[in-house]
Amino acid sequence: MKALDVSQTVLKAESRGLNFFYGVAQALHGLTLPVYDRCVTALIGPSGCGKTTYLRCFNRMHDLYPGNRYEGAVILYPDRVNIVGAEVDPIEVRMRIGMVFQKPNPFPKSIYENVAYGMRIRGVSSKADLDMVVERALQEAALWGEVKDRLQASAMNLSGGQQQRLCIARALATSPELLLFDEPTSALDPTATSRIEELVTELKQKVAIVIVTHNMQQAARVSDHTAFMYEGRLVEFDRTEKMFTNPSVKLTEDYVTGRFG
Amino acid sequence: MRLKNGIAKYIKSTALQRRIMRRKGLDRFFAFEGLFVMGVALLVLFALVGQLAADGAGRLSWQFLTSFPSRFPAQAGILTAWIGTLLVMLLTALTAIPLGIGAAIYLEEYAAKSWLTEVIEINIANLAGVPSIVYGLMALGLLVYELHLGQSFLTAGLTLGMLILPMVIIATREAIRSVPPAVREAAYALGATKWQTVRDHVLPYSMGGILTGMILALSRAVGETAPLITVGALSFIAFLPHPPWQGTFPFVSFEWLFDPFTVMPIQMFNWVSRPQEEFHVNAAAAGLILLAMSLAMNAVAIVIRARFRKRIHW
Repeated sequence: MKALDVSQTVLKAESRGLNFFYGVAQALHGLTLPVYDRCVTALIGPSGCGKTTYLRCFNRMHDLYPGNRYEGAVILYPDRVNIVGAEVDPIEVRMRIGMVFQKPNPFPKSIYENVAYGMRIRGVSSKADLDMVVERALQEAALWGEVKDRLQASAMNLSGGQQQRLCIARALATSPELLLFDEPTSALDPTATSRIEELVTELKQKVAIVIVTHNMQQAARVSDHTAFMYEGRLVEFDRTEKMFTNPSVKLTEDYVTGRFG
Repeated sequence: MRLKNGIAKYIKSTALQRRIMRRKGLDRFFAFEGLFVMGVALLVLFALVGQLAADGAGRLSWQFLTSFPSRFPAQAGILTAWIGTLLVMLLTALTAIPLGIGAAIYLEEYAAKSWLTEVIEINIANLAGVPSIVYGLMALGLLVYELHLGQSFLTAGLTLGMLILPMVIIATREAIRSVPPAVREAAYALGATKWQTVRDHVLPYSMGGILTGMILALSRAVGETAPLITVGALSFIAFLPHPPWQGTFPFVSFEWLFDPFTVMPIQMFNWVSRPQEEFHVNAAAAGLILLAMSLAMNAVAIVIRARFRKRIHW
């Protein structure tokens, strides 16, 4: 793989020779990939190429189900800890790395409780502290203006796009170091999609972001770096402009120009 | 072009219309059939309840509710029976519900899938189908003879608790399984532990289904007779159990747990087996009260369930 111009960027995380197994089936083959701080890294590739599997390694979601196994390392900087190591508690990893899912999945509770939940399980119970966190997170997720008068209303009454921004606020409330987005707009209409994209661009000012997307225009619009995956392997990783205008690998070119996938 | 012509041919002919008519006819036939079957079931139910009411309604009175059993039908009442049913149900609920919910949570959320959990699961399903008299025999051997709990309220409550435990576990597991995995993942992704996820999400969201299961299980228990006869229910108790409170420290008393017991179905069974017609009337009246008690129990559970559901909007 070609070396990158990284003079402006600081590493936030990095996978090194990451293999992942669902039982005996190997889903990821030796993925080595950097994630830069205050940048958006997009993962693209055809269905079943392992983008989501890779993303879910970062917050150890695979540990929830039996038979899954990691090999290799995902190093989180600056403390250089291997977050897929057996000695690292997945709960600690998830407390540092937030995730937004493909379909909006708010809790069937009030808007307030959804955003406050992350702090509640961390033992914060003071009303003043929670109020502050909820307002900040909702503002960061560009939802505060729409919901500030009905924080106690059920989150399930919000529209799909609002629910997804609520899920972003919920993830932001605990100030994660790295935010994972798993096709966050695939269930949303174009208007809601563009709001989420704007949000992603704003959020990278303060947090590293990895986003899985099926939509190549979206990757081109929001990301700084793009990784193209195929059949569980990394095909190419580079700055997004280069990936979409002048990729080094033929397979990447075929994919981004829509010749397959 | 050929395809279009093909369809047009059918539309012009009446074959298509006839086919639709036939399918709609089948549709209507099934609707009527369903209505008929439901009508038969309702008719039988109304006939039974009507018969019970016709026989027993005249016997319902304050005296009937507040009198001890007697060998004179006109003076006999169901005081010990309905108090017994309430206390036994209380003990049944207190044993079966926490144990059942706990076991279900363990099996659904914590237990690793292995041959052992599989064996346990199959056995729970089988236990739900075991005839109640078998539970009675088991309770007689274990609770009465081995543990010397006596022919008491405690024995009765534990017996019925064991009887409905598998039903409680199965109903709770079904309810827990209906919570979408996406919601669990959302909680875990925020850094929640398993117990936090269960306590804050899985249990509250499945509480409606769990309560429905509890209603069904307790309704089953309230009418059980065979296992309680086996463990030694008395049908003639002319005194009340010890009160659950006392004047001196610690103010609560558990002496009643070891008092002899009777319950409504036992009392009814006893009266029905008497030769005198007047006792049969008493049995019918007691049946009405038992029906009212189980309906009241269901109503309470439905109210609680509605309150839980109001807080959760999917």
